[in-house]
Amino acid sequence: MAASSIAARELLHNIKLIPYYQKSSCLFSRRISTSKLQCSSQPPEKSAPQQLVGVVGLEIHAQISSNTKLFSGSSVQFLAPPNSSVSFFDASLPGTLPVLNRRCVEAAVMTGLALNCTINKKSVFDRKHYFYADLPAGYQITQQRRPVAVDGVLTYSFLGGRKRSQVMRKNVHIKQIQLEQDSGKSLHDDVNSQTLIDLNRAGVGLMELVMEPDMSCGEEAAAAVRELQLILQALGTCQGNMSEGQLRVDANVSVHRPGEPLGTRTEVKNINSIRYLARAIDFEVQRQTAVVRRGGAVLNETRAYDSKSGETVAMRDKEGLQDYRFMPEPNLPPLLVFEDEASLPAGVEAGEAVLLRTLRARLPELPSVRRDRLVQTYGLLPEHSFTLVNEDGLMEYFEAVMKGTSRDPRKVIGWVTNELLGLLKQQDLSVSHSPVLPAALAELLELQEAGCISSSAAKQVFQEMWRSPGKAALQIIQELDLGLVSDAADLHRICQKVVDSHPDKVRAVRSGNQKVLNKLMGLVQKETKGRADPVLVREILQEKTS
Amino acid sequence: MLGLTLKEVSLAFREGKISPTELCRKCLNRIKKTQRLNAYITVTEEFAMKQARQSEARLLQGIPKGPLDGIPFAVKDNFCTANIRTTCASKMLKDYTPPYNATVVQKLLDQGAVLMGKTNMDEFAMGAGSTDGAFGPVRNPWSYSDSYRTQGGAASDSDWVITGGSSGGSAAAVASCTSYLALGSDTGGSTRNPGALCGVFALKPTYGLVSRHGLIPLVNSMDVPGIITRSVSDAAIALGVLQGIDVRDSTTVPAPSALAELPEDFDVKNICVGIPKEYHAPGLSEETLAQWSRVADLFEKAGARVEQVSLPHTQYSIVCYHVLCHTEVASNMARFDGLEYGHRSEMKSSTEVMYASTRHEGFNDVVRGRILSGNYFLLKQNYQHYFVKAQKVRRLIADDFRHVFGSGVDVLLTPTTLTDAACYHDFTQEDNRTRSAQEDVFTQPANIAGLPAVSVPIALSRRGLPIGLQLIGPALEDKKLLCVAQWVEQRVNFPSISDCDNTQESRKDPGVTRREQTSAI
Repeated sequence: MAASSIAARELLHNIKLIPYYQKSSCLFSRRISTSKLQCSSQPPEKSAPQQLVGVVGLEIHAQISSNTKLFSGSSVQFLAPPNSSVSFFDASLPGTLPVLNRRCVEAAVMTGLALNCTINKKSVFDRKHYFYADLPAGYQITQQRRPVAVDGVLTYSFLGGRKRSQVMRKNVHIKQIQLEQDSGKSLHDDVNSQTLIDLNRAGVGLMELVMEPDMSCGEEAAAAVRELQLILQALGTCQGNMSEGQLRVDANVSVHRPGEPLGTRTEVKNINSIRYLARAIDFEVQRQTAVVRRGGAVLNETRAYDSKSGETVAMRDKEGLQDYRFMPEPNLPPLLVFEDEASLPAGVEAGEAVLLRTLRARLPELPSVRRDRLVQTYGLLPEHSFTLVNEDGLMEYFEAVMKGTSRDPRKVIGWVTNELLGLLKQQDLSVSHSPVLPAALAELLELQEAGCISSSAAKQVFQEMWRSPGKAALQIIQELDLGLVSDAADLHRICQKVVDSHPDKVRAVRSGNQKVLNKLMGLVQKETKGRADPVLVREILQEKTS
Repeated sequence: MLGLTLKEVSLAFREGKISPTELCRKCLNRIKKTQRLNAYITVTEEFAMKQARQSEARLLQGIPKGPLDGIPFAVKDNFCTANIRTTCASKMLKDYTPPYNATVVQKLLDQGAVLMGKTNMDEFAMGAGSTDGAFGPVRNPWSYSDSYRTQGGAASDSDWVITGGSSGGSAAAVASCTSYLALGSDTGGSTRNPGALCGVFALKPTYGLVSRHGLIPLVNSMDVPGIITRSVSDAAIALGVLQGIDVRDSTTVPAPSALAELPEDFDVKNICVGIPKEYHAPGLSEETLAQWSRVADLFEKAGARVEQVSLPHTQYSIVCYHVLCHTEVASNMARFDGLEYGHRSEMKSSTEVMYASTRHEGFNDVVRGRILSGNYFLLKQNYQHYFVKAQKVRRLIADDFRHVFGSGVDVLLTPTTLTDAACYHDFTQEDNRTRSAQEDVFTQPANIAGLPAVSVPIALSRRGLPIGLQLIGPALEDKKLLCVAQWVEQRVNFPSISDCDNTQESRKDPGVTRREQTSAI
């Protein structure tokens, strides 16, 4: 069927599902470092006052993690057989009425609290009208006039600076969080020129979050969304998987010269990972910059991101101006939220009401607090805490390793963020799929701490543990004969051999060049395949070269 | 037997004077005999007999479910009935069969009441005559009464009068004795108006007291399921069953009191009856005015305080009503797009073409007109000017009532309609919008304010047709309102169409028996 009047926002519902193994939870601080665009978060150069900068705002739809839909009792499931979870209300059968799901309200309120929003004690629902095949009622119930939460702020960080190791902290304002219904899905079968409709998703609760245009580039937007994703996941209010459409992000992008009014904006849709979000925004900023530099005008239009080409392309726009003809939803009384039990009016049961005090008490440790705790508890660098928290499951992994070892956390962090994460990235695995379990890594580190193996041998053992999951470190050390050579006689013999065969180096050391001693140590390690106890070796070599 | 009240029949069951199956068969026969009234869109004969047999079994075992067990009832065709088609008298839903029962229907079925069928109406309840439905107009049973035939000077069959609407089928069903109880819906007077014109008792409860779940909406913020019966106490029984919180309708409120029997000897001595002066509207017939005065006098003579009161914003009510009605209609009708259910056009070259032709073919002019104007009122540039303004006026109208009731008035007495029933021929000279504006003038303020209101049949006009008066009470004072209504009912001795039990099959026209002619106490 012709899609000539596809309202642009509906197209976001047609996001093609990408295979689930494409992880959206990438460590964007690494991946988007390829970004061509320099973020204006760097101090602007004084010599170029006329430089155009990007202005980015986001509209985010977060699917509420709940058992049932926003206004009906049908269950919420991903990948259920088509139209298997559709109540009479979801299919908009005449005479059916919405009944608000308290769980969804609590999720929105908790999210609002976590994002430092003002929670409206009284909010209302509105109908937003448009005709589309997967919107069976002809309107969406949303919160246009008075949303449940307003005026919040999200603090996010990313690794910036010259070496991309400096934690940059920024704020983005949250204009509002509103509750609304998701639509169904349309499947256009061009061959038979028909449209198939799946209403499983119709009526699922969404939180629409509007982030003000406080960002300037893809990297910032990506960092803000990643932080939001972590917060939602910590709260359990949204699973936050972009590729499964649980989190849908549209970007409003414009360019202007600082100090001047904002430029005409475009809305970029069809973005299904954080990486693509950054790329789409950066592309769009560059495109608009080029348009303006040419003396052209940016059109107020909706553009779709094409992940294959990395470009945004104009979507067939809404025919004329879409007037959604908002009106109050007459079948739902105002949504009331109360401070605590004492503020409940007569006749309202505490068990039925949404109480702020109760929800505040239920707020879990949020990512920023986690990072601070990691820095304080383990003496980690901020960038390490950042990596631990931003990578799904890495903090838990780290803390589990710490439980099993007495090693300095700052040593352990190197293992986790370099050895472990490196291999995971190489093989595109998530932390939960690591073949080496935290306890096994802890055991290895303990062996190293006890002086049983050298650090270079430990790395070899780790590689082997990765290849043969389940094999204990000790077993590998024995099998590969990687145990530390600490027998003084053996070491004396090997050191003597090295000293004898490198008289020039010995001379250099003797003449005061202590750096050459390290070279000799390296030669000894080469002889012992890295198994020699470095402390002993140094002592012996110093003795022999003195 | 068919002319009895629900309460009387219930007693007859228990005394074994008649059985539910016998009564059901009688009603079904009568539906056939009165087919020309066009009161029913669907007659559920098989289902009715099955229920009647079940009811009979319960009676025989001595375990009837209550006063409604075995009682034949009818339901306006905009209430969903599981596995029974529900058309809203529209081509759009001509073949639509809902998979569930409206809460009010379910509650009656749970009480053992026997569903006779689905009654005719104006399409999607948009009208005040029951003349604008896809299944043709409903004829007022009084068109064939002796009183109208002799006094009204009806010369030919084409002089039949309308039932009023939009619940005309339900009112006709109760007036013509094919059901003891009928559900209507009341958005601007759709239950009270036909109640008055058909000479039956009609109740529009307080908004929120009775669940709207399963009622195909006209205006969600004003719709209330209405109750049509032959006596006030019957309506009280029905309301007792229907009222209360429904988890499926978030606008329902708890019933303030259990409603069983109304006191037979309610004393009006201590009540204050308000007569709103703004209801002396242009077009009010002399006869209706006379009945209004007569009943006011009845109250006064019985010791009630009768006071003139003012509801100053009444004149704006009908315009306000139309703006709000049309906007909600525009919204509520959006779901009828031919995709999930209902009529679907053969023109399918694109989704948009299918939408447009489906909706053009499925809706009549009245519905389409309201959708058009409603969407106009909701446009961004018009919203403040029309919708918001209308809502403000709505508040003012509700405040008018609040002030009056706050000043000590217990109940307002007004006409229900301007005149007695019009001839179909005359009625259809005007367009639907004009007629609705005229007909709803006394009734829709109660919907705007969400108040309980009833229409009580008072007397016959010179044409031999019923005249009704309206009583309006404060929110949730439905029981008191019914008590006052019963007091009036007991004193006016409204005649009933008497041939309900007439065994002379040859005699087609119902006659009128005056139980006891009185003009005053």
